[in-house]
Amino acid sequence: MSDSRDQSATNGILARFLSLPVDSIPRTVFMAVSLCLFCSMIVALAAVNLKPMQSYNKLLDKKINILQVAGLYTDGVDVEKVFSSFEPKIVEISTGKFTDQYDPSSFDDRSAASDPELSVALDEDPALIGRKPKFATVYLLKGSGGELDKIILPIYGYGLWSTLYGFIALEKNGNDIFGLQFYEHAETPGLGAEVDNPSWRQQWRGKSLRDENGNLMISVAKTSNNKKFHIDSLAGATLTSRGVDNLVKFWMGEAGFGRFLENLKVGEA
Amino acid sequence: MSQTKKDLLVDPLVDNNPITLQVLGICSALAVTSSLKVAAVMALAVIAVTGFSSMSISVLRNHIPTSIRIIVQMTIIASLVILVDQILKAFAYEISKTLSVFVGLIITNCIVMGRAEAFAMKNPPVASFLDGVGNGLGYGLLLLVVGVVRELFGAGSLFGITIFETINNGGWYVPNGLLLLPPSAFFIIGLLIWCVRTWKPTQVEEREHRIQTIEEH
Repeated sequence: MSDSRDQSATNGILARFLSLPVDSIPRTVFMAVSLCLFCSMIVALAAVNLKPMQSYNKLLDKKINILQVAGLYTDGVDVEKVFSSFEPKIVEISTGKFTDQYDPSSFDDRSAASDPELSVALDEDPALIGRKPKFATVYLLKGSGGELDKIILPIYGYGLWSTLYGFIALEKNGNDIFGLQFYEHAETPGLGAEVDNPSWRQQWRGKSLRDENGNLMISVAKTSNNKKFHIDSLAGATLTSRGVDNLVKFWMGEAGFGRFLENLKVGEA
Repeated sequence: MSQTKKDLLVDPLVDNNPITLQVLGICSALAVTSSLKVAAVMALAVIAVTGFSSMSISVLRNHIPTSIRIIVQMTIIASLVILVDQILKAFAYEISKTLSVFVGLIITNCIVMGRAEAFAMKNPPVASFLDGVGNGLGYGLLLLVVGVVRELFGAGSLFGITIFETINNGGWYVPNGLLLLPPSAFFIIGLLIWCVRTWKPTQVEEREHRIQTIEEH
């Protein structure tokens, strides 16, 4: 009995509501609220359900880039399998030593770089990155016998329009360059974006960071009298080239991985 | 309904193209046409958004209060765009990386809002859906034409497949770097509008001002 009365009452309210003109305030408010709820639900559902695939893609992309810079990537290669020959490690940049404080599989370099707990503001900032992370993930490529083969270090800095994110691969002596690659940037297509050009990247192979006295010599410039440390600038992309020059010098220098590379050389990292 | 369903789909391709006749959605056409693959994905994204936003707005058209109708349209369009963006990030990561911010900017693409406001608010859902898809196709067609010109002459390739071997890679073709920069799309779209209007003189707009002769004065 009371059920049916309730129902007729709600029907009454609904009918009264629907008989209001579309432009009336109650219907406007109702429309706005219900539309917002509905849309936010759809967006949230999509975001939550697609999240695992998106993070997987992101991670895969990073792994592919690490393989590429180490010269191990060919089309259709089993990324996970090849990547397992790399050992990710966290390095404390100020001491240049490995640390077990964080788990390399879950450490997020990007968020660490802006986290006030995990980074320091820079006074001298040639790479224009604002804050320097205290820790960074490096990847050690081990040979079949478990001996160190290559070291992959993350590098980034500002070019002309954007921050360039990339990796540099060093030979086991920590001084000879095997390769350099950027996986994220927004430089001018056809000019600054030529940092992705394979024939330009090829130049890095076999170059050295430091001379016998340990001075950082590597440079990206128009000309140089010492080919061993010289990379040609990109034509028509002066500012991007200068950015790459600055960021490589910064990360390979004393403020960056310089100490770590030194430690690695004497076997104390 | 004076227009048949086929007309709704085909009309926006040339006769009523959103870019060449209505001159809408130019900004994204400048940005995403430097390579064909990106242009094609962008076209698909826009087709999906215009189609489904027109349809949903048309379904709700009798319940949308006039005072908040633009915001309602924007909310629906924005939700669809986020949806498309999320799907791209999950299934076509490489391309979503190159499209970056431009997928999000579909929200501000005048074609979507234009069709919602001009057509979907007054017509039934199926017709609105077709109109949305048609206009998306018209936009996509132009994007592809501009993309072909820019990628072929700017980078010597189509869909990333080398057609002209460029000097940088040891070939003979000196690519025209200007074509990879956004302004070149302006020139190409301008030339296209000229071609289309020469072909279909009915599209030429009437002059707003005319220089008077002394006698008339």
